[in-house]
Amino acid sequence: MPKRVLVVDDEPNIVLSLEFLMRRAGFEVQVARTGGEALKALEGEPPDLVLLDVMMPEVDGYEVCERLRAKPEWRKTKIVMLTARGREAERERGLALGADAYITKPFSTRELVEQVKRMLEVA
Amino acid sequence: MSQLATLAILISLAYLAFLFALASWGDRRAEQGRSVIANPYIYTLSLAVYCTAWTYFGSVGVAAGQGVGFLPVYLGPTLLALLFLGPVRKILLIAKAYGITSIADFASARYGKSGAVAGLVTIVALVGSIPYISLQLKAVATGIELLLAHDGADAQGALGADSALLVALVLAAFSILFGTRHIDATEHHQGMVLAIAFESIVKLLCFLAVGVFVTWVLFAGPSDLLARAEAAGIVDRLHFSATRLGYADWFLLTLLSAFAVLLLPRQFQVVVIENLEIGHLRRASWMFPCYLLIINLFVLPIALAGLILGGTVAEADSFVLRLPLVHGQGWLAIVAFLGGLSAATAMVIVETVAVSTMISNDLVMPLLLRIRSLGLAQRPDLTGLILGVRRAGILLAIAGGYLFFHSVGEAMGLVSIGYIAFAGVAQFAPLLLLGIAWKGANRNGAVVGLLAGFSVWLYTLVLPSFVTAGVLPESLLREGPFGVALLRPTALFGLEGLHPVAHCTLWSLSANTGLLVLVSLLTRASDLERLQAILFVDVEQSRRTPRLWRGEAKVGALEELLVRFLGRPAAEAIWRAETARRGRPLDPDEPADAGLVERAERQLARAIGAASARAVVASAVRGESIGPDALLEILDETQKVIEYSRRLEQKSQELEAATAELRHANERLRELDRLKDDFLATVSHELRTPLTSIRSFSEILLDNPDLGAEERAHFLRIITSESERLTRLINDVLDLSKIESGRMDWQIGPADLAELVREGIRAAQGLVAEKGVELEVAIPDEPAPVTCDRDRIVQVVLNLLSNACKFVPRPGGRVRVELQRKGPMFEIRVEDNGPGVPPAARELVFEKFHQLTGDLNTQKPTGTGLGLTISKQIVERFGGRIWVEDARLGGAALCFTLPVAESPSAVRAAA
Amino acid sequence: MSDTRFARLLAVALVALTLFNFPMIEVIERWSELSGVALVPVYFFGAWAGVIALAAWLLERESGGEP
Repeated sequence: MPKRVLVVDDEPNIVLSLEFLMRRAGFEVQVARTGGEALKALEGEPPDLVLLDVMMPEVDGYEVCERLRAKPEWRKTKIVMLTARGREAERERGLALGADAYITKPFSTRELVEQVKRMLEVA
Repeated sequence: MSQLATLAILISLAYLAFLFALASWGDRRAEQGRSVIANPYIYTLSLAVYCTAWTYFGSVGVAAGQGVGFLPVYLGPTLLALLFLGPVRKILLIAKAYGITSIADFASARYGKSGAVAGLVTIVALVGSIPYISLQLKAVATGIELLLAHDGADAQGALGADSALLVALVLAAFSILFGTRHIDATEHHQGMVLAIAFESIVKLLCFLAVGVFVTWVLFAGPSDLLARAEAAGIVDRLHFSATRLGYADWFLLTLLSAFAVLLLPRQFQVVVIENLEIGHLRRASWMFPCYLLIINLFVLPIALAGLILGGTVAEADSFVLRLPLVHGQGWLAIVAFLGGLSAATAMVIVETVAVSTMISNDLVMPLLLRIRSLGLAQRPDLTGLILGVRRAGILLAIAGGYLFFHSVGEAMGLVSIGYIAFAGVAQFAPLLLLGIAWKGANRNGAVVGLLAGFSVWLYTLVLPSFVTAGVLPESLLREGPFGVALLRPTALFGLEGLHPVAHCTLWSLSANTGLLVLVSLLTRASDLERLQAILFVDVEQSRRTPRLWRGEAKVGALEELLVRFLGRPAAEAIWRAETARRGRPLDPDEPADAGLVERAERQLARAIGAASARAVVASAVRGESIGPDALLEILDETQKVIEYSRRLEQKSQELEAATAELRHANERLRELDRLKDDFLATVSHELRTPLTSIRSFSEILLDNPDLGAEERAHFLRIITSESERLTRLINDVLDLSKIESGRMDWQIGPADLAELVREGIRAAQGLVAEKGVELEVAIPDEPAPVTCDRDRIVQVVLNLLSNACKFVPRPGGRVRVELQRKGPMFEIRVEDNGPGVPPAARELVFEKFHQLTGDLNTQKPTGTGLGLTISKQIVERFGGRIWVEDARLGGAALCFTLPVAESPSAVRAAA
Repeated sequence: MSDTRFARLLAVALVALTLFNFPMIEVIERWSELSGVALVPVYFFGAWAGVIALAAWLLERESGGEP
């Protein structure tokens, strides 16, 4: 049974590239374009990993992360935060909120895929 | 030369030599600190310098003609002596507190250290003392002439000269030897005081000897004398009517004499300057009147005896000498002469010392020092010069006396001459007595009053004396000057019937006092005058505050200084430091070493300024009390310190304000910094976002060569469009930063706004077509002249259009562009039928990177988030305004204005 | 105490002023004329001595006091 990945970003082209990469890596991909959509998507069966953009209008990535970690049944879901803001303070904030990794945009696609695979213990 | 006269002259010279020796001894004792005069008896006897040849010879002269008419001259001083513990004590306190050296110095110090007052008082004193000195010359000269005549010799022949001139020369030499041995006027002339006290005893004993001889040898006691007077028909001299004085005259002469005993230069010298202890006043207060009474006891008996024994009233001035002579008492005659001589010499010595001190200190030296070219102020030692001036002063006074004697004095009685001097110095009374009682008396008042009193004195008393002497015509007195009867000198304004001296006293003192009060009330005193007035009038209070001590500087004195000027806590802190430095406590009684003095001075200098600190410490070290000069300096510096601290306070307030301003500016800067940080973070984010897509898809394309052609093309298109986005963004950021930093290269010129809008629409054509937007354009045909940068305004129009296209619904999007003239402005509206902008966000849309959130279901807006910000900057650069409002189409209306260019020709030129 | 002492002496001075002036002189002059005795000099010296004695008594009474 393939692992499931939720891609959350408000940039259509980035979503497209992430979706492509995750599919190629053999994961089942779900997409959300806002923080609100992401939370809605989590309601059903929680994914194994979330690729979460930080800068989104309305509900931002930190908030999604916080909510995600607040629910015990979502505890197992891994969170990889993606951000175009590379400051150390923000990285720490993300990790403190319970993110498992923090990746700065633009990223190396290979590294990203490997990171995700490692976290999901595939290959 | 005859026997008796020779003997008398020899004895006189021996007597003078003895006086000189006595004075030297007195001075030596004083130097050794074993003063022989520090007791009230010597003080009282020294006051008796008041009794001069006038008393010795003149009183008898008056008594012979006018009975008790000689008495006011002694009753007045008796009254004043009773006030020794009142105003006189106060004058002494003041003089001691402020180092006063003469009556001129006193007056000048009281009236703001006025040189004018000092000079004026000196001149009045000098002029007033001249007739008085001439009186002494006359008395002694007459005595010598009498002795010579008794021997049957002619004075001129015997002496080879005018006897008065010889007397003047001897007295001048003696006075110079006596009075100018040292120069420090503040020092007491103890030797001189001892000598004149001795002279007071001599003249008293001599006079009593003559009196006893006359009463009990020539007559058989007072009753015999009285009986023989009755027999001679001269007993009417014993009635008051014989005085030919009215009660007003009597009162005024008494008053005049009361002033004289204090104000005559020699009297002020002995009463005030030479006083060693204020306590001596108490006993002198009754013993001095006693002396006066005793020396006057035999005046009437001698006068009556003289008359009974055939003397005339005209000769009465010399009865004291004549009676022993006529009755063959050679030795007694010499004694009588010696008494007269001692009375005269005492007066001349003290008077000339007093006047010459004034002349040098208060008149000549200040003038010389003021003449800069003489450079006196720089000369280290002025002793010789001062002594020279004083000797000249003595010569001047005695020469003046001699000349007065020759021109006027020979024709006048001794007492008449004396009264002229009395009335002259009485002019000091108002400024002196009001000066110590009324703070309101000021310099102008004192000068005007003194000048007025002095003038009236000259006119009503000195002038008439020249008439008496025949120097001036008698008609002046009878008819007045130029025949104006009201101005007759001895009956001013028709006031007749008064004794000339009383008349002068009344008018001169009234004018003097009246003008002093009036002018003082009408004019303003300087600060210095007011300060001096307070120091003088309130001398008792200021005396109670601790003074700076005599003797070497004691540790305690320094401490006291520090406490006084720095306050106790500061002084104690310094003392603790000193104790720590020495490792042992400081004893207040031990002498302070130089280091301590220096440190104390330094500490004081911090509080009261260097000059003042020097002055007060120096005064403590030298053991002088702080003089008025130093006090003023301190006051002045304190003033400066206050002013300085006031300025400091002001500065600190300014500084506080500046600090607040700086803090504000700093906050603003930090805020700007934060904004810049935010801006940079946002720019970084905005740049990274397209970069992320570009990199991701490039890597995907690289890593996946197996992709289908369609997918490859799609990805490549994404890369292209994201690259374009990146380029736009970079351009916008650069534009904005150029505009904001003022480095934008504006191409300003006349333009037709309608043309520019059309150009903007053409540039947006592609976008409009792509979105399927229905575009309405409402632009008038006539040109709309503006002055601007054409390309930038086109950019604004394009920005607004693309912004509108972003938010319109698809399909069915509608955009309308409108150009209108509204008064002095053209207005361009770009309306759409999108969601509109809520009122709260209408200001925010023009901020950097404020993304208008469009319909997210369609697509994320492709703008850079800087378009509107840049548009706003551009419009405002050309004097326009940009804003958002509701559109008639239902969505937002982005509007901007530009001012109409003044000259349409500019537009034609552009077209 | 010097203030009270001065006040007393001031009083003595005022008494002296009265004794040495009109109308006392006038009174004595009249008596003198009536009696034919030359009272005026005696009066003056007597009053004078009296005043001095009074002052001396006041001043020396508390001898050793403050100056």
